[in-house]
Amino acid sequence: MSAVPVIAALPLNAPGFWRRAARHHSFVLGAVLTLLLVFTALLSFVWTPFSPYDVDMAAKMMPPDARHWLGTDAYGRDIVSLLLVGARASIAVGLIAVGIGLVIGTAFGLLAAAERGWVEEAIMRLADFGFAFPAILSAIMLTAVFGGGMVNAIIAIGIYNIPTFARITRASANAVWSREFILAARACGKGKLAITMEHVLPNILSVLIVQATIRFAIAILAEAALSYLGLGTQPPQPSWGRMLSEAQTLLFQSPMLAVYPGVAIALAVLGLNLLGDGLSDLFDPRLTRKR
Amino acid sequence: MSPLLEVRDLQVKLQTHRGAALAVRDASFTLERGQTLGLVGESGCGKSMTAMALMGLLPENAQIGGSIRFDGEELTAKSDGEMCEIRGNRIGMIFQEPMTALNPVHSIGHQVAEPLRLHRKLSASAARKEAIALLDRVGIPEAARRVDAYPHQFSGGQRQRITIAMALACGPDLLIADEPTTALDVTIQRQILELIGELVAERGMALLLISHDLGVIAQNVARMLVMYGGSVVESGPTPEVFAHRMHPYTLGLFAARPGLRSQKGQRLAMIPGTVPELVDLPAGCPFAGRCAFTIPECHVTVPPAIEVGADHHARCIRLDAVAAAKQLALTPALSQGEREQQP
Amino acid sequence: MNAPLLQVENLVREYTLPREKLFEPAGKVHALNGVSFTVEAGRSLGIVGESGSGKSTLARLVMALDEPTSGQVKLLGRDLHALPREELRQARRDIQMVFQDPYGSLDPRQTVERIVAEPLAAQADTTRDEQRQRAADALTAVGLRANDLRKYPHEFSGGQRQRIAIARALITRPRLIVADEPVSALDVSVQAQVLNLMQDLQAEFGITYMLISHDLAVVRHLCDDVAVLWQGRIVEQGPPERLFEAPQHPYTRTLLEAVPLAEPRAMHHAEQTPLATADPSRG
Repeated sequence: MSAVPVIAALPLNAPGFWRRAARHHSFVLGAVLTLLLVFTALLSFVWTPFSPYDVDMAAKMMPPDARHWLGTDAYGRDIVSLLLVGARASIAVGLIAVGIGLVIGTAFGLLAAAERGWVEEAIMRLADFGFAFPAILSAIMLTAVFGGGMVNAIIAIGIYNIPTFARITRASANAVWSREFILAARACGKGKLAITMEHVLPNILSVLIVQATIRFAIAILAEAALSYLGLGTQPPQPSWGRMLSEAQTLLFQSPMLAVYPGVAIALAVLGLNLLGDGLSDLFDPRLTRKR
Repeated sequence: MSPLLEVRDLQVKLQTHRGAALAVRDASFTLERGQTLGLVGESGCGKSMTAMALMGLLPENAQIGGSIRFDGEELTAKSDGEMCEIRGNRIGMIFQEPMTALNPVHSIGHQVAEPLRLHRKLSASAARKEAIALLDRVGIPEAARRVDAYPHQFSGGQRQRITIAMALACGPDLLIADEPTTALDVTIQRQILELIGELVAERGMALLLISHDLGVIAQNVARMLVMYGGSVVESGPTPEVFAHRMHPYTLGLFAARPGLRSQKGQRLAMIPGTVPELVDLPAGCPFAGRCAFTIPECHVTVPPAIEVGADHHARCIRLDAVAAAKQLALTPALSQGEREQQP
Repeated sequence: MNAPLLQVENLVREYTLPREKLFEPAGKVHALNGVSFTVEAGRSLGIVGESGSGKSTLARLVMALDEPTSGQVKLLGRDLHALPREELRQARRDIQMVFQDPYGSLDPRQTVERIVAEPLAAQADTTRDEQRQRAADALTAVGLRANDLRKYPHEFSGGQRQRIAIARALITRPRLIVADEPVSALDVSVQAQVLNLMQDLQAEFGITYMLISHDLAVVRHLCDDVAVLWQGRIVEQGPPERLFEAPQHPYTRTLLEAVPLAEPRAMHHAEQTPLATADPSRG
């Protein structure tokens, strides 16, 4: 089973999908902001105005000028460079953490929907257990126990995504299992695994994608929170959350130091949420049905 | 005395993703108090849209043209607020799906009482008493005890009875029934249709019955309209239309029905092709192209309604050819079943 | 003497309801209460029943999509529910199903080719090319075109989708096709097309149908034998001519009487008066 049929399963080939997409305000704005975020992170690998690691105490806390477009922070580091490289941390954590949740959580959810009975019960109770712990506190607890750093932050945030995807996948998959074409596939003699991969998964893909964009936004926020607390990305690795934390003590002297990373986080989260909203509308099967 | 309902040149234009489409074209009919009228046609013919137009329940992007006069008042000119006063009050409607027509979180008593409280401003207790009486009349057993039960506790047929009670609560002058029995078993279907017939006669209401089933039409309405592609292609008293089908589509529709008297292995006469999308309907007669009697002019001219019998009209410019073919009764276009059903 | 195509013996299917009281045993629903019949090759059987009769349960049990509480379903002499998984899968080559809902029975995310070829692909003894060829053949047999293989279900009308479903049922060249209300969701003129098609396929491919329908006329058209199902039991069985002309069981009679005849009955006199004003613009 190649990946191509699964990707082709997205209603991108539905009549006028891209036309509708272009007219959908949330989608367009969200897509632009998200692409900007990704572009920023990618750009940082190739070029930054200055190195974000260059400390220059002589030039600390300077206002914006021709060389430092947004000024410098308390250590003389160029803010623009910090933002660009900080984007990397946000995206990396977001992608991998959501990836973990998506792959493992979806697998559990599909298993629960296919097997039902006690397997489903067990998986859902495990998910409940996972939900019982508040997300940020769990992440804090995990990183406090196992140490900080980006890798642990990713794992902590990723673990929390697993029950979310498990639940959503199970609910959507159950709805698909009750449809008649699944019965037709069973009537061919197809086993549960084959049906899950060939019929169920393609039909819930749009739900998963929308959920993934939303969880991505949450992961970025979580990463910022962890870095803010000193538990996430460690210095000298730039991170938007830590920029906020460092700007906190200097709030009255140089409030813009907090505004820049704050706005960056806000725009990233907004963009992803709008993208998820837009995709959710566009993937709505009612709009792709012929009549 | 003016007719209860007078529809003249009704047009309904819908916006589809491929452009504007005429869902209903120049439909005209009248209905007196106490009369029954049937609208028969297949999906997409415009029969439901006609009912929606009467109730003012068309989709937001729909444009309505022509005139609908109900009891002397022009309905197309009314605002939504004014139509609200008419809906459920002077025009009642029953829908196809009893499963979804009732709100699952309200008791049936509440739902039947709703129009009474809304339009007749009855108090809760008075409305409740009336609701019980209505439920009893439509055949819900032990209505007084079950008035607080919820829709999911009733069968499909009973739910349809409840929606009938709701539609009748304020004593409307006109009852519109849009495929009221299509979703029900055939034995229940008969009971529901009988109930509707009794209530219509009892209260002197006019009935507009929409169905795709010719049998249902034959048994329940005195006059009928056959619709195709948004146009009324044939109209007249039911026995007339059944006995002397004049329009080629009507002929095809009757012939395509598998009858109880047909034999195994008998081929059903088919109407070739499929119903075109509304946006693709030809400029002239909507049946042009699929019709065995098409001539070039059919694609261009909208056929006028031609009188073919007492109060019996058909929209076709080829009626002579059709009549000649029927007389011969040797045309291969007509099936064995068709010939059996002719007088 | 050949074994009959399908033998159903004393089929019972009970469902246990959720427990309502803690110390009382849960109630049971008898969806099927001991159903027995035989389908001979070449003689199509119609099962007539309304909702609650157990007809959908019967279809699922015959297709081995559900386990009976007791009783047997024998296809070509072999008890389907006793077969090991692998042999059951191979046995499915001979029995295929057409479902009622043309909009629900086709996976909206798959091409017509994959949908139609699915039963053949599940048998795992043909190459992709062979599957494509057979799918193209099946489509032409039902009156569609080979290049429809690339399209998606939403590009077709209800009647065309049902044809695709029939093509899917044909592809393994089954001996028996179980058709569960195959034309109920279709318009009358489309029904006629699909029924004619099913008739033609019967003749051309030697297929026997087990047709389930609430519509007696449809059953009459395709079947040599009819069984009437009511509350989980077969109450009457026989050739359609005899059943429809001289029904024995009260339920059969009720069913026949309930079908509205396409013969207008005399209406109340007052309604027969046409309107006084004859307006030629009215159509």
